[in-house]
Amino acid sequence: MIGRRMALGALMTGFLGACSKVAATGPGASLLHAVENWNLAAHRLITSRTALAREFDRADISPTFRGNGTTRPDAFDYAMQEAAGFANWRLAVSGLVERPLSLSLGQIKALPQRRQITRHDCVEGWSAIGEWTGPQLGPILRLAGLKPEAKFIVFRCADNFSGVPYYESVDLIDAFHPQTIVAHQLNGAPLPVKNGAPLRMRIERQLGYKHAKFVTGIEAVASLADIGKGKGGYWEDSAGYQWYAGI
Amino acid sequence: MPPPPLPPRHALSTRLWHWVNFACLVFLFMSGLTISNAHPRLYWGEWGFAPADAWLILPEFPGWMTIPGTYNLAEARLWHFLAAWPFALGFAIYLIVALRRGYFRDFILRRNELRWSTIVTDLRKHLKFDFAAHFGRFNLLQKFLYIAVLFIGLPLMILTGLTLSPAMGTAWPWLLDIFGGRQSARSIHFIIAWGLFAFFVLHILAVLLSGPIGQVRDMITGGEKTA
Repeated sequence: MIGRRMALGALMTGFLGACSKVAATGPGASLLHAVENWNLAAHRLITSRTALAREFDRADISPTFRGNGTTRPDAFDYAMQEAAGFANWRLAVSGLVERPLSLSLGQIKALPQRRQITRHDCVEGWSAIGEWTGPQLGPILRLAGLKPEAKFIVFRCADNFSGVPYYESVDLIDAFHPQTIVAHQLNGAPLPVKNGAPLRMRIERQLGYKHAKFVTGIEAVASLADIGKGKGGYWEDSAGYQWYAGI
Repeated sequence: MPPPPLPPRHALSTRLWHWVNFACLVFLFMSGLTISNAHPRLYWGEWGFAPADAWLILPEFPGWMTIPGTYNLAEARLWHFLAAWPFALGFAIYLIVALRRGYFRDFILRRNELRWSTIVTDLRKHLKFDFAAHFGRFNLLQKFLYIAVLFIGLPLMILTGLTLSPAMGTAWPWLLDIFGGRQSARSIHFIIAWGLFAFFVLHILAVLLSGPIGQVRDMITGGEKTA
């Protein structure tokens, strides 16, 4: 029995060793990463650009909304902003735009607002439901005027992950999606710090790590190659998470 | 004129699918255990995140059971999706081929099989390791098990898996309705995964008890049809 168990153990160790080799080397690694593109292509094939993620009723809202990732940015400047009630917070719209913007919270709240009760799905598996309020990203980008070479929108954040400010990105299809909003309210109250005060993105057809919190900047770029280490987001660059997080 | 050769015991499409499916399920299950370790709690309904919301808290599965062998959720997800594509497409293709060619006729339950006395006799015979069939190729428990796996377990794995994707929930919102929410779909996905693992154990046991060398050889070469 012990011999059989050892044989099984050796078999498993060999199998797992082979798996990690496949994941690390050229063609195996490319095949493994190609699957992300299959998922994206299949989703885009069967979904219209403006198809909405399910919106729920107030009765469906979860009693609390879990804060994950950074629940309080450690920068001194953030503490000062929080003490001032985020009165001096600015959202910069920059990069490949005709008219760079620097919006105050007042200006953001003065834009046409969208309210949506949606489910937030974390890559780890949990879900929470909340009501988000804020302007759509699309009209903000139109206000700034995207240059034709702009292909991606990068979100810059005030929270640090092991010394690196958080960043994320989406393509223009998700940037101009009707439910992609710059939220400043959760469940009718100003965003709690743990959920990204004062501004966070909602990218409703993708997993939680795409929904950048503590947003300070929106940057239009032609390519993600020069953003971070080139994969388009903090978790993508640091831990190999998929840039397309629709699944 | 010589008589036409007997069809093989297992059709070529059945053998191909059997082994492709076996490889896919190994990768899906083992990478799935890494995904389970990422958030080892199960909930009902649309939402759930806290231990108090959970109906089940799972143990952490050790590295020798998971792909990859050391915790890496990002890589486990890639293995899971890489295996999910051939698993779902292979299943759909095999289902069409098998239905058109009538391979599933052997699973049809006959009225005289569905009596309590027959079920009890069949159970007793299984406990004595007697797997002879009453009628046709498969005995009653085999029929039940294969029907459950082919027409309930595998399709539900594909559908509950798709329901976990926020993009798929947008494309096909009826998925959320049939399972009663994303977290319910996740719970069902985990339950059926373990059900399929239990089937795998029974299947291996049955093969070991019924001449494993001949069984595996026939599933590779096709073998000769006897019944």
